[in-house]
Amino acid sequence: MTAVTQTAPAGNEQPVQSRPSKHRPVKWRGLLLHALLAIAGLLCLFPFFWTLVMATNTTADIYRFPPKFTFGSQFDDNVREVLANVAFFQSMGNTAIVAVSTTLLVLFFDSLAAFTFAKFRFPGRNALFVILLATMLLPAQLGAVPQFQTMAAFGWVGSLKALVIPAAANAFGIFWLRQYFQNSIHDELVEAATLDGCGFLGVYRHVALPSARPALAFLGIFTFVASWNDYFWPLIVLTNPDHLTLQVALSSLNRSHGVDYSMVMTGALMAMVPLIVVFIIFARQFIKGATEGAIRG
Amino acid sequence: MTLTATAPPRTTSTAKPGRRRSIWSYWRFYLALSPFYLIFLVFGLYPVASTILLAFQKWDGLGARQLVGLQNFRFLLEDSTFWLSLWNTVVLFAMSTVPTLAIAMVLAVMLHSAVRLKGVYRIAYFIPNITSLVAAAIFFAAVFSTNFGLINAGLRALGLPTEDWLGQPWGIKIAISTMIVWQWTGYNTIIYLAGLQAIPTEQYEAAKVDGAGPFRTFFSITLPQLRPVVLFTVIMSTIGGLQTFTEPQVMVGNSGGTGQSGLTVVMYFYNQAFGANDYGYAAAIALSIFMLVLLFTAINWKLLGGRGRQ
Repeated sequence: MTAVTQTAPAGNEQPVQSRPSKHRPVKWRGLLLHALLAIAGLLCLFPFFWTLVMATNTTADIYRFPPKFTFGSQFDDNVREVLANVAFFQSMGNTAIVAVSTTLLVLFFDSLAAFTFAKFRFPGRNALFVILLATMLLPAQLGAVPQFQTMAAFGWVGSLKALVIPAAANAFGIFWLRQYFQNSIHDELVEAATLDGCGFLGVYRHVALPSARPALAFLGIFTFVASWNDYFWPLIVLTNPDHLTLQVALSSLNRSHGVDYSMVMTGALMAMVPLIVVFIIFARQFIKGATEGAIRG
Repeated sequence: MTLTATAPPRTTSTAKPGRRRSIWSYWRFYLALSPFYLIFLVFGLYPVASTILLAFQKWDGLGARQLVGLQNFRFLLEDSTFWLSLWNTVVLFAMSTVPTLAIAMVLAVMLHSAVRLKGVYRIAYFIPNITSLVAAAIFFAAVFSTNFGLINAGLRALGLPTEDWLGQPWGIKIAISTMIVWQWTGYNTIIYLAGLQAIPTEQYEAAKVDGAGPFRTFFSITLPQLRPVVLFTVIMSTIGGLQTFTEPQVMVGNSGGTGQSGLTVVMYFYNQAFGANDYGYAAAIALSIFMLVLLFTAINWKLLGGRGRQ
């Protein structure tokens, strides 16, 4: 991938050796295995290290040969420059508003629909579900032209509503949560709650939501990440250059100030760090959910 | 699938035996489902249906729409830029997907046999996938930069001639596909790992008793068992890969760079629609992308025998 030859850090190699084994070759194999796995891991993380190096140095430092592999002291200056050239915090605020409201709406609408599909019977249920599955085949970004016209008719061009409302419910989430509800909630539980006088919304609130917490966590993070990183549609519909999301703002910073590398790198770093922090906090649930979907799906 | 519930789920206790309930008594359920279907009608079905109509029209977004029959498609067939963008897309797709899935498989098998640190590796491998495409594209453009890029610095350090990677057609493709490989290998590794963990261990024990070596075991047990998972990753890669937009758009700009080598079909669609305001033509391109995705998905399905699990 990147032409950097890095050896595995010594820290990763030591614990592997602790298991006593009869044959030496086995020991070496384990060492080699972890060396390769660690190299792959370092390649995955290397861009963050290198972006940080570039963001803490000056553009002149970046141009040097051999390259400087250490952190510099220019980070504050670079951040100041980013803030001077692009409405960074405003864009980040916009992105946060879009990502949070999209996530909340998706969680509510998708779970409500998924619970209905999973636990109740009503005329047209199967037909509606087949339609739901079929909608997943439509590539939404190819409808961008009429979509833009619709937004213009609603007066939403340039507004964050144009990003949130179309994304407020999706087939994937409903499909995914429905499977979860089917497997994790017994029908008797729904019946018992109904006998206890819970209405439809009551059963949803007191039975469905509490039992689906892991599934909701996954869908929430998934939606949040996708919304935070979305680029194609915001690029089209956010026509006011003073009112952008982070990705679009970053891209325009890159286009207009491409030569000032340390500043652009600082912007890139500032745009990706919040999401990575969110991800690391929820990584376990997220990875578990992501793989379950693929294996069962 | 939909009928796994054993007892017929009752809805509310108001149902009287022997009498058909009026459809209105189910209003809560329809209301609960309505947000998705409303949003889909307005922002999913309408735009796509409208795009199909638009593909047979000429429209600049302001004046009246003009029905032109198959003219857009005829023009498409003779448009060398369209064919170039199609070629670029398929080449980029192959250059990124093949290494991605191959490396992911190797990593997954290795990770599967590792005892320690599995959780740490999994998180590290997943991080590229949640990284912002724009930020990652900026980073990879810097790595492949002529003047200060790490790749050229490495070549110089080895005494080899440097390349103007982003200034020449193949360099652009290599840079873009490198980024896609970086972003998707870990994700697919995790998916394959989950597939490996789902294979019953008895099969491996039986193979061991039969004296099968590791390669034999991999090709006659592991790979066949993983088939549905491989199909899933191939189809996801196809759908995503054929719609590549952000990576080249950020790395080499709307034009696609030198020789338009980074111009993908979705970028061409974007340029025709929102650059040239040639909406009818853009719609025809959009339809052809959809056909392309369907065609490739069907080919994958055929090749990998997507009959599902036994």
